[in-house]
Amino acid sequence: MDKMLYVAMSGANEYMQAQSALAHNLANASTTGYRSDVVSFKSLPLYGAGQPTRVYPLTVTPGVDTTPGTVQTTGRSLDVAVKGQGWIAVQAPDGSEAYTRAGDMRITETGQLVTGSGQPVMGNGGPIAIPQAESIAIGSDGTISIRPVGQTPQALAVIDRIKLVNPDASQMSKGTDGLMHMSDGTTAPADANVQVVSGALESSNVNPVDAMVSMLEMARQYEVQVKMMRTAQDNDASSAKLMQIK
Amino acid sequence: MSSALWVAKTGLDAQQTRISVISNNLANVNTSGYKQSRGVFQDLMYQNVRQVGGQSTQNTQLPTGLMLGSGVSLVATEKVFTQGNISQTGNPLDMAIQGRGFFQVQMPDGSVSYSRDGTFHLDSQGQVVTSSGYPLSPAITVPSGATSITIGSDGTVSAQLQGSASPTQIGTVQLADFVNPAGLEPRGENLYLESASSGAPQTGTPGLTGLGTISQGSVETSNVNVVEELVNMIEAQRAYEMNSKAISTIDQMLQYASNNL
Repeated sequence: MDKMLYVAMSGANEYMQAQSALAHNLANASTTGYRSDVVSFKSLPLYGAGQPTRVYPLTVTPGVDTTPGTVQTTGRSLDVAVKGQGWIAVQAPDGSEAYTRAGDMRITETGQLVTGSGQPVMGNGGPIAIPQAESIAIGSDGTISIRPVGQTPQALAVIDRIKLVNPDASQMSKGTDGLMHMSDGTTAPADANVQVVSGALESSNVNPVDAMVSMLEMARQYEVQVKMMRTAQDNDASSAKLMQIK
Repeated sequence: MSSALWVAKTGLDAQQTRISVISNNLANVNTSGYKQSRGVFQDLMYQNVRQVGGQSTQNTQLPTGLMLGSGVSLVATEKVFTQGNISQTGNPLDMAIQGRGFFQVQMPDGSVSYSRDGTFHLDSQGQVVTSSGYPLSPAITVPSGATSITIGSDGTVSAQLQGSASPTQIGTVQLADFVNPAGLEPRGENLYLESASSGAPQTGTPGLTGLGTISQGSVETSNVNVVEELVNMIEAQRAYEMNSKAISTIDQMLQYASNNL
């Protein structure tokens, strides 16, 4: 029995998994600050006896696309978008430090500054707490200043500064919580060069046209694999017929 | 079956809910005191199919892994409490809050709701009530025969009574403020309820301790930006189409396999 069938089958299987990753990107085409997953393939040769023809494909997601998304102005003072490269540090559900581009922040009832999905935003020394304020302003370096309740506009008080980091993309990977983590488990140092824009949000950086085209391409590749499986089936049927005792 | 189908389905669901939020905003473009809602999207958890850094042999590691996401979800609809435009009506019982704060409204069950809608009226007893008939709290009753009502920027309500030379103070409007107004629970009729995430209300005199001032004879209009909502609607529609295209593509793949094998 030829193993061609198995090579073609694993090919079809891997293309289907790649479709899943592309569908995930498309589903998140309007998630604030979403970074699209890069899908690629690599070959996994498994040569045995006979001709060296067994090269299985392997779908991999080597990382995220770090192209900045488009910035949309919202006018809300607690919305921030990171200019160019860089990340906002937040506290992941497991307590470790993670990084995100989603700057749709709000204040909880206890005065803690959290992102739209509820992760506390990190400041110079841990999660940021904001006292009740008449107005809040976030500077381009992440400095949060407030006008305390009942004070004149001159009495601005600096509360904290959002921790902004910019480690090399190769040192970071996406965790199962959808946040970026340092691959070696350390925390990234704050980078003073990262800038944010207040009153704006960064949209998802998924390129829907690109994702659609990749999706169609994968669909055709998948059909080729199915065709190969069909050919293997036909070959087997012909050889079975040849050996039939009449 | 293929997880891709279900991933694309979450995308359709999320865009559909987003359209609901947008149409609710558009429908309330003329509702006084209405605050725009905004859907908050989040990517769902990831499935680690092939661990990055796993051993490919005893001495080598896989340089890349395979993480498959499971789609998107709409985690919250958040109220955006930016100031709406103040529009002059000339009606003496219309009040607009310039700045932070909410009017307190006494509900029939004794609880207190909060509102930014400042279109007030009088009921048969002369009590100041909302358009739905719920009295303002603390209650203010306008005596019969009052010729005019004046509401100061600090909430002092005074009435000019017949036969009296100077106006009589008949009550004060107090405002409530919250640490996290976005966490208030909208309950319809332009009213909000205190929730665990809004924090406790802090009441006070308008214009003091960070509360906004009251301007009589005007109402705060809806803060919905129609153009922004229309652009959001176009975006949501296209994203919906792309996700539906993804479903049909995967469907065709499966169909091809079942027809040819």
